Amino acid sequence: MEHAAQVVDPFIFRLSIFVLAVFVGYFVVWSVTPALHTPLMSVTNAISSVIVVGALLAVGVGMVSSGSGWARGFGFVALIFACVNIFGGFLVTQRMLAMYKKKSK
Amino acid sequence: MSANLSAFLYLVAGVLFILSLRGLSSPASSRQGNLFGMIGMAIAVATTLASHPPADGVAWVLVILAVAIGGGIGAVIARRVPMTSMPELVAAFHSLVGMAAVLVAAGAFYAPEAFDIGTPGNIHASSLVEMSLGVAIGALTFTGSVIAFLKLSARMSGAPIILPFRHIINIVLVLALVFFIFGLVRSGSAVDFWLITILALALGVLMIIPIGGADMPVVISMLNSYSGWAAAGIGFTLGNSALIITGALVGSSGAILSYIMCHAMNRSFISVILGGFGGETAAAGGGGGEQKPAKLGSADDAAFIMKNAQKVIIVPGYGMAVAQAQHALREMGDILKKEGVEVKYAIHPVAGRMPGHMNVLLAEANVPYDEVFELEDINSEFAQADIAFVIGANDVTNPAAEEDKTSPIYGMPVLQVWKAGTVMFIKRSLASGYAGIDNPLFYRDNTMMLLGDAKKVTENIVKAM
Repeated sequence: MEHAAQVVDPFIFRLSIFVLAVFVGYFVVWSVTPALHTPLMSVTNAISSVIVVGALLAVGVGMVSSGSGWARGFGFVALIFACVNIFGGFLVTQRMLAMYKKKSK
Repeated sequence: MSANLSAFLYLVAGVLFILSLRGLSSPASSRQGNLFGMIGMAIAVATTLASHPPADGVAWVLVILAVAIGGGIGAVIARRVPMTSMPELVAAFHSLVGMAAVLVAAGAFYAPEAFDIGTPGNIHASSLVEMSLGVAIGALTFTGSVIAFLKLSARMSGAPIILPFRHIINIVLVLALVFFIFGLVRSGSAVDFWLITILALALGVLMIIPIGGADMPVVISMLNSYSGWAAAGIGFTLGNSALIITGALVGSSGAILSYIMCHAMNRSFISVILGGFGGETAAAGGGGGEQKPAKLGSADDAAFIMKNAQKVIIVPGYGMAVAQAQHALREMGDILKKEGVEVKYAIHPVAGRMPGHMNVLLAEANVPYDEVFELEDINSEFAQADIAFVIGANDVTNPAAEEDKTSPIYGMPVLQVWKAGTVMFIKRSLASGYAGIDNPLFYRDNTMMLLGDAKKVTENIVKAM
């Protein structure tokens, strides 16, 4: 067996992260109190907009080929959408969470 | 910035996102959790800008412009949206995540060199697979969420739309999608890419239109899940751990919420997806036969009885949200508490149009969260309560779910309001609820019906007190 020559495909590393994160998500989400399920939805919405990193890459491409212009266009619109979600999602979650109060005694 | 450092920072962002969800385990830690989420997002954005800075001045201008436009719109929406509109807002936000996934994939397809996945027309096969999955799930999340938004905001009827041969059409669409994904991987042609997008857009519409209004809590959770998987697909394409972790978190979060919602309705996920519930078909199981007269009461009667009670449990439902009655309701609760009455709130998991909808509305009206209880925690207390005050809820209190084996909702966990001394129902009419099922509770001797708009009736009760 030639161990040294074998290289693990990066896909496998990504898959490991993914599978472990699914399990982490499973346990973390079950521990969320049902009273906060609506903020849970709005905050998951906000964090899934981390897709913004892809939008930033697309909008920032150098103008090297005919496809670059298209990529910039798509990236620009994606960036707007992602930012609506990031700002809207986090702020509306903050607004909701600020309303949850304990009994004042 | 070195590739290792940026990969590490993305990991930090991913961990912060995990902590932001962890914070939601209690209202006390939730605000800190939200802050972690914001910091994570800031780190992810800063890392991208530092490791792959926009290529030229024009690109910088585009970035700043897009952030200003998007951020401005988002901030205004977040400030202005009424809490009763949260379900449609969340649906709208899901659609944006879906569309962003499609657009990012398109950007990667036309400029693969910027994403380190190959050169134009010569993209790595594995990246094409990941990309096409991301784009397909993103596109169906987009149109599915748009339909859900239209239904939730009543811009479109909540009734299920049943097309002939819809299952066959859907299967054909899915097979065609798989075919073109293989096509894209083999040829790398733009035609295949856009065909996948169009097919998935159509599939999203067809998947959501047959699902009725009462099943919306499941739909909205399911779309939440899809938006996560779409993000994860793009994360694989970019090899970005923050995106992969977040996609997995959001995907499993939505899946768990869908499960909780299905369980609370005693329906299988498959039957919700197949749709058609909440139409005329469900009406058959209702009692209908011997129609006894319901006992109608006035606001004065209700006020008098409640003031002399020892324990009142309030059961809010979608009708409260529609009538915006939560503030009047809290006022009523305050007066009762001053009179020495014990007041509690009981919430069914599917009350309203999304998970946790009622809790947010009560919190908005300043009801302390430690007076609000979930079904399994409060169901045993109805027997000791003098009054169950049901405002705008119906199906979730229907005893047929426990007693009538022929009822379409038989087996669904319900709030046992009938065990209380007196049940007061605020309803607009004696009509059946969303599931189209008659509620035998309306005609029982210890039930008092208060017919009218939830907000007006509650205000009248407050005045009469």
